[in-house]
Amino acid sequence: MLPNNRIKDAIVALAGLVISLGSIYLFATSFTGGSVYFSFPFEPTAQVMFVIEVAISLLLLYLGMKFKQYVAVLLVLVQTAITLYFEMTMAGGLEPVKNLFIDEFSIIMALIIGIIGSLIAVYATSYMNTYHEHHPEIRDRRRMFFFVVFVFLAAMFGLVFSNNLLWVFFFWEITTLSSFLLIGYSETEEATNNAFLALKLNLLGGIAFAASFLYLATVDPSGGLFELDALIASGQSVAIIPAVLICFAGLTKAAQMPFSSWLVGAMVAPTPVSALLHSSTMVKAGVYIIVRFAPVLLGTLAGVALGMVGAVTFLLASAIAISQTNAKKVLAYSTIANLGLIVACASVGTPELVWAAIMLIIFHAVAKSLLFLCVGTVEHRTGSRDIEDMDGLIVKFPKIAVMIAIGIAGMFLAPFGMLISKWAAIEGFIDAPFGIVFVTILAFGSAVTVFFWAKWMGKVLSVTPFGENLEGSVSRGKWVVLSSLAALTVLAALLFPLVSSVLIEPYVLGVYGETARLAQDNIIIMLLMILLLLFLPLSLYTSSKESRKLPVYMSGRATTPDLKFAGSLGIQREMTTRNYYFDEYFGEKKLLRLGDPICILLILAAAALVAWGMSMGVVM
Amino acid sequence: MTSIITAIAFVILAPILGGLVAGIDRKVTARMQGRVGPPLLQPFYDVAKLFEKEDVTVTPSQNLYIIAYLVFMVVSGAYFFAGGDFLLVIFAFTLAHVFIVLGAYAAYSPYSYIGAERELITLMAYEPMVIFTAVGLYLVTGSFYISEIATSTVPAILYLPGVFLGFLTILTIKLRKSPFDISTSHHAHQELVKGLTTEFAGPVLGKVEIAHWYENVVLLGMIYLFFGFNPVLAIVVIALAYFLEIFIDNTFSRMKWQWTMKSGWGVAATLGFLNLVIVYYFYVGV
Repeated sequence: MLPNNRIKDAIVALAGLVISLGSIYLFATSFTGGSVYFSFPFEPTAQVMFVIEVAISLLLLYLGMKFKQYVAVLLVLVQTAITLYFEMTMAGGLEPVKNLFIDEFSIIMALIIGIIGSLIAVYATSYMNTYHEHHPEIRDRRRMFFFVVFVFLAAMFGLVFSNNLLWVFFFWEITTLSSFLLIGYSETEEATNNAFLALKLNLLGGIAFAASFLYLATVDPSGGLFELDALIASGQSVAIIPAVLICFAGLTKAAQMPFSSWLVGAMVAPTPVSALLHSSTMVKAGVYIIVRFAPVLLGTLAGVALGMVGAVTFLLASAIAISQTNAKKVLAYSTIANLGLIVACASVGTPELVWAAIMLIIFHAVAKSLLFLCVGTVEHRTGSRDIEDMDGLIVKFPKIAVMIAIGIAGMFLAPFGMLISKWAAIEGFIDAPFGIVFVTILAFGSAVTVFFWAKWMGKVLSVTPFGENLEGSVSRGKWVVLSSLAALTVLAALLFPLVSSVLIEPYVLGVYGETARLAQDNIIIMLLMILLLLFLPLSLYTSSKESRKLPVYMSGRATTPDLKFAGSLGIQREMTTRNYYFDEYFGEKKLLRLGDPICILLILAAAALVAWGMSMGVVM
Repeated sequence: MTSIITAIAFVILAPILGGLVAGIDRKVTARMQGRVGPPLLQPFYDVAKLFEKEDVTVTPSQNLYIIAYLVFMVVSGAYFFAGGDFLLVIFAFTLAHVFIVLGAYAAYSPYSYIGAERELITLMAYEPMVIFTAVGLYLVTGSFYISEIATSTVPAILYLPGVFLGFLTILTIKLRKSPFDISTSHHAHQELVKGLTTEFAGPVLGKVEIAHWYENVVLLGMIYLFFGFNPVLAIVVIALAYFLEIFIDNTFSRMKWQWTMKSGWGVAATLGFLNLVIVYYFYVGV
């Protein structure tokens, strides 16, 4: 329809701007309001949603048959059967009233989706232009691409503002469909397979989600329990079964072990899609819903079991990240690990841990989107996403290297965001049931995290004596997005006390009647540290005398400026460096073979505990 | 809760104390090896000489990283002696360490690169046990604040013998003592050029040395926390512990990095973890 790419790009940028301004406006107008419910008419909307759901099922069935993905077909059929049965026999009497709502947590999610999601969409315009120049063999479906991206964002907004569980589910399924379409964008065999893998695993979750409706409609035929707030307030004895079912769906969407493979496979998609899936959409929907159900899980053994799934995933996924040389894969496993930590915090569910979980969601979204987009940019310029090829990035792409360093620092270093949350998590877990096990896992996991991030950071920041600045070729639109995200990463660390007091603490207070925060003097120290970090680079300019430069020590060998030297038998050798990957200890296959069964057992344990508890009349 | 005076005292006195400890270390080491050894103040002469040397670098960014290393070492230590949150102190130390590692990477030199990677391995090896130390002391004294742990009347050592032994083990790693001095070493005979510090020279190397003094004082301060109920005993134990570290340093040759990992994680997973579980379930803090 629109022949000119410029116009299309401008429309995307404009839409992104509107969405981000919209979410900021929402924040500005309603952050003081607490929880506000809206009685949006249920019946007509439900019919529209039903039609769309059937259409989605038919589309998935068609695609499943076309690509001979019969397991996917089967799963779609099961899920459709459940929803149809529910619609035919139970849905008639349901009249949930408070269908939409806003509270502080929704606002946080909306800000993440609105600002980060739109920035990624804007970045994608220029990325996709280059992408199709580099890959002429891939069919240009950019219209579909941007349509789905915005549908995706819209579904995320719907998800975080819906108080009606049926609506949450509707948007939930749309995010599954959107990610399926985006992962399969390039239509290669690998992309198609990975898209179906994501679809299958997320459908498993969808089935559990749908099954919770059967239970809810049986317990309360009037449909009152379909309101999220009413369900959570109804007490653990009623809510624990749907909570565990829906949190199971959350585990699949948040790519926890044993479902982690879909998120790793999703990296075949164009990089903006990965950025979107990892930061502001999809996986964040999974942890969002678990955080919502945290008060129900609090104090239950089932909650501890689900939390353990998160903790084991955190430890093992971090360890796997050590053994990966592919930058996108490292990012993917680090996402899985961090989501694991969020799941662990939310499932154990004390106020301190929920505070930490929401902090993690925010910081992870900012830093991870920055990292993905930086890696995408580097890949387009150098043709490699391998960390081993990132030697001297600081020489070739100084600004991008600094941004990668900021993003990495944001992921693991004091005084940046993720570390604040990890620290709060340690303090939170100590006083929680089975806390010592969680603290142990966290202690080992964070040690591992330091290792894989720091070695990558070192690679990027090593100043090679060769190489030239190639940065001029990066488009302006990309710079705007990358520098905004880098600024957000730093700002998030500077402003987190404000975010905490304005949004997170009121939310936690509203849910639990008590709240959590970091001690004042610690916050002051952290802010001082950030300021120190910001001022340190100035010392480069103030040093009065320039130090004399010498070549590196090469054992006295005659070496050329690009570090080549005469080896034995007169063969010229080049000095190269390589990071440790420890594949024999932290290999992907090896650790997945360990983690998947443990997590399956833990999930089964959670289910068994709930079932057993029901039969005994207690909440386990 | 935090005291600025002790923090300032640390900033001023720690290098003097740390330098003296280094001097004693060299003297005792020499005696163990049947030598006379340098004068007690030799470390100060060495560092003073380093600062008189020409400032040569491979890349100017090294200077920046080392300044950051020193600054954050001082800040973390000052926060420790101000009585701040133990966990924040630990994380701030990690930040400082990452800076020296980045300085080594920045040079893009084969030897310092290997040293940087190995330094990260040691970091990974000791980190869990350090966190366990903080957690153990919290379980026993009920606080993460150094000020409250140090002044607690609870005999922490009686409840945390496993954690203490674990801490002594990783102390060997943190002090860069043999057999765990895999990233850089004070002993020329077992060093791969100079590992982490190969490409630092003159004033930059002097700063690394001073940062090391600051760090050692904090590490010895951590031993104190186990004996806060009896300051005299604490000082005796610190002296004994340091002597033990020198002894180990002189009786073991360097081991492979795998051994460092296994030792660090091993003590954390066994001594540390078991001790914590026992305290967690059988002793609920005061």
